[in-house]
Amino acid sequence: MKKLFLVYIVTFFFITPALKANSANDEIAIMDFDTFSPMLEKEDEYTYVINFWATWCAPCVREIPYFEKLHENYKDKNLRVILVSLDNPDHLDSRVIPFIENHNLKSEIILLDDVSANRWIPLVSEEWSGAIPATVIYNNSFRGFYEKEFKYDELEEIVLPLL
Amino acid sequence: MKSMFMFTLLALFSIGLLAEDGVGVGDRAPEFNLLNIDGNHVSLSDYDNARGVVVIFSCNHCPYVVAYEDRMIELHNEYAPQGFPVIAINPNDSIVVPADSYTKMIERAEEKNFPFDYILDADQTIFPQYGATRTPHVYLLENKGDHFEVAYIGAIDDNYRDAEAVEEPYLANAIEAIMAGERPDPEFTRAIGCTIKVQDE
Repeated sequence: MKKLFLVYIVTFFFITPALKANSANDEIAIMDFDTFSPMLEKEDEYTYVINFWATWCAPCVREIPYFEKLHENYKDKNLRVILVSLDNPDHLDSRVIPFIENHNLKSEIILLDDVSANRWIPLVSEEWSGAIPATVIYNNSFRGFYEKEFKYDELEEIVLPLL
Repeated sequence: MKSMFMFTLLALFSIGLLAEDGVGVGDRAPEFNLLNIDGNHVSLSDYDNARGVVVIFSCNHCPYVVAYEDRMIELHNEYAPQGFPVIAINPNDSIVVPADSYTKMIERAEEKNFPFDYILDADQTIFPQYGATRTPHVYLLENKGDHFEVAYIGAIDDNYRDAEAVEEPYLANAIEAIMAGERPDPEFTRAIGCTIKVQDE
């Protein structure tokens, strides 16, 4: 019995951190555009901030803390921030997950795995040339598209009136 | 007099808009004269003898460009002998991206043995005239005798990740169309790419 308890303790302490370290992976859904696209068309009480980024994109990496701050400040006020990574899915374990862990990202993260960009870029926005970073901000009464690098104040200026 | 003034204002405003939006298919291609990696300047008019030119806004650092470098080389090797050489133009500010400096362009061209001209839009005045927003961003130009006309704008093909899995080689198809005396279809495509890097104002 005592032995069993010990096994339990050992298991608990060794397995739990392993699970925790892996949790970022569990939270990242890899999806193609058609699976993802309903997130661009929600008709509920939330305001959505959907940012297209990649770990290799320097301006994206610069602005990600601002999206995180936005999420942190307004997650209780019907704001949802979704960070859509366009990284190569082969780099999920080697780059994307380490990036998420190193930056301690709390926002929802999706990896969009769909090479048919000529088809889906205009479905995100007709205004989008395809350069990243790019961001969609929308709710029931507003829709904005931004092919630019944001500063925090600029984000707040757009989002605050929507909450 | 007043209406003339308004007209001038409107005209200036339109030019401003045009400059911001760049060229579309069917428009006259803006001329350029930019420093090449070999130390010489290259102009669009230097290519007067070509049937067309494949202008690709490109750079060193962008992973999407890197994914396409070999395909850019192949396209040049395939189509330059048929009258459609590639010209790569680096539009990035090297203070923002040191990896895209003139020296690094020379290094990258040597590493990859670029068979095409690789020129630097050092004043960043050319890419806005074309309306380029990302790297890689292709402008296929057709020689109309006294000028070049934009015939196709967009992506190289429909799969940046895997050249073997390409279903539609947009650019190659567009070149073939022009050679056959037809209009490219599609004449405009989009792709994910890196923003063109400019300094904050």
